[in-house]
Amino acid sequence: MRELKSERASKDKARAALSKPAAFGEDLDLDKYVHSADELPYQEDTSRLPTVTKGQMMQVGVMPDGSQRSGTIIQIDHSTIHSLTKQEGIEVMATSQALEKYDWLADYLWKAVAVDADKYTAHVELGQSDGYFFRALPGSKTLYPVQACLYLAKSNLAQKVHNIIIAEEGSELHIITGCTTALEREPGLHIGISEFYIKRGARVSFTMIHSWAPEIAVRPRTGVIIEEGGVFLSNYVIMKPVRSLQMSPLARCVGDNSVVRFNSILVALPGSNMDIGSRVILGARGAKTEIISRAITKGGDITARGYIEGNAPDVKGHLECRGLLLQDKGMIYAVPELKGLLAGVDLSHEAAVGKIAEEEIEYLMMRGLTRDEATATIVRGFLRVDIEGLPPELNLELQRAIEASEKVLM
Amino acid sequence: MDMDNILEIKQLSVAVEDREILHGINLNIKAGETHVLFGPNGSGKTTLLMAIMGSPKYRVVTGSIIFKGKEIVGLPVDERARLGIGMSLQRPPVVRGVKTRDMVTACTKGRLNTESIDSLAEKANLIEFMDREVNYGFSGGEIKRSELLQLLAQDPDLVLLDEPESGVDLENIALIGQLINELLRKEHPIRDRRHAGLIITHTGHILDYVNARTGYVLLDGKMVCEGDPREILETIKSKGYRECWKCVS
Repeated sequence: MRELKSERASKDKARAALSKPAAFGEDLDLDKYVHSADELPYQEDTSRLPTVTKGQMMQVGVMPDGSQRSGTIIQIDHSTIHSLTKQEGIEVMATSQALEKYDWLADYLWKAVAVDADKYTAHVELGQSDGYFFRALPGSKTLYPVQACLYLAKSNLAQKVHNIIIAEEGSELHIITGCTTALEREPGLHIGISEFYIKRGARVSFTMIHSWAPEIAVRPRTGVIIEEGGVFLSNYVIMKPVRSLQMSPLARCVGDNSVVRFNSILVALPGSNMDIGSRVILGARGAKTEIISRAITKGGDITARGYIEGNAPDVKGHLECRGLLLQDKGMIYAVPELKGLLAGVDLSHEAAVGKIAEEEIEYLMMRGLTRDEATATIVRGFLRVDIEGLPPELNLELQRAIEASEKVLM
Repeated sequence: MDMDNILEIKQLSVAVEDREILHGINLNIKAGETHVLFGPNGSGKTTLLMAIMGSPKYRVVTGSIIFKGKEIVGLPVDERARLGIGMSLQRPPVVRGVKTRDMVTACTKGRLNTESIDSLAEKANLIEFMDREVNYGFSGGEIKRSELLQLLAQDPDLVLLDEPESGVDLENIALIGQLINELLRKEHPIRDRRHAGLIITHTGHILDYVNARTGYVLLDGKMVCEGDPREILETIKSKGYRECWKCVS
């Protein structure tokens, strides 16, 4: 169990932040939501899940039968209804269970994300929550990715999740997380804390696919700490409307030659409002990062932020923010920020927001494509981000998610 | 109408925005023939090709363009492409995100499989460019070869080439020539050839590799000369376009 003193301090901090708005995004009134949900029964056999639910899981890259995955965890509302590890050296369980199993795990809570960052982090600390715990033991490498599904089922619930991911020295962990909901028109809120600890020479890829609904608000809070020679690769795709989504994961390179890459693919339909950024602090010699985002709107609003801070010798960072407006409605606001604190840092960015160039459409039409085909080809190309270091199963899921978001647009 | 003509242009005047660039152009190309177009910068050569291709910026004021017996003025560019007209641009745009392979594959309209596409890319010496974004960071010569590769994949009956040799080093001109000959099916006997070409050339270098039947000189939007392309080229080389102006006055 968590040591009493530090737990008390953490709760005190959280209480002080209970009404602290986030730096960005709409300030949600959390009193409008219900904060607890009934305990749901554990499902040994996931094939018994309703067909609709299984279909939704597959849409966000989660295999309900656990095939081609080294481990699975499914959380519905606040209940972990299934968890399974299939590979030695890879641990998959509910955060609550992991905290009971490992005394030392308490030391990892709220180290990568501040408990008093805002009212959302505070509510997770003080309210009912669970989450997933993934850990790769030293030198262990996932044969297949591990998967997590976070599913919001209860109307008007503020679903709270606290995930801890630890890649021990020299390990390799590939994760896919699919977040989705049963709520079609009802409101709901998802607050997800994810804390990643990437030890010396470990590699983690984290692919997150979101498929929400028009009345859902989402507030993920992610922190990543990367030690010497560690690699963190994040891929994020959102493919359905969402009322309000704000996140700004922060990765801190604390070890020499650590590497971070954030790829985000954002598609906003009418009524969607997203404020999504990635922040990287290059705080150790030779650390590198690349933040790439592609935002397309067909009527929704997207703020695409990026922040790189270099405060160690020989660090290198690049930020690429590209936005495409498919019609006159909607907004894309690109906010790339660079902060250099040493003479030797090498930070750069490119940002571009606009519509598809008519000249490009005409060029493709000259080759016999119709206007719609030409537009679709350019949009597909725009959404495609080259991703290295991702296992084929995850590449496939990512491509599927991107294709699904293309279909929503066309 | 002469049924042998794949392209028949009659009294064609074309404007860009409010300015008339081409005035009363007449030109006929029979199936199997290749014609070349000379003229100084700004004389309207590109405008003529763009008007045939159907780029909306180039507005036909009067006249007609008949392709394979069908009036095509008013048809959108993609329909003209599907009827069998293809064009290589002098300065095509970069299309970020779209791979050259996807572009070439789209040109084939499902006619060729990956293996055949790769073999075309090998021929154009572009196999290593297939996974790169279209025209992104390509050199002058690479752009030209990429344009010709797309046309080979598209296989149009009428090939319009806008300065296929400009910016290409001498070493690569022979390859450009080969690709054009392949596009125009020059290996076939004349009577069996269906494919026709209209090529803009500034330097005439391409004539060392591609046989053309007819040459034209375009000056100030008017066709001032029609004849043997080599003879025309020799005149331009030795006396410049000054000599051509004499024919106008």
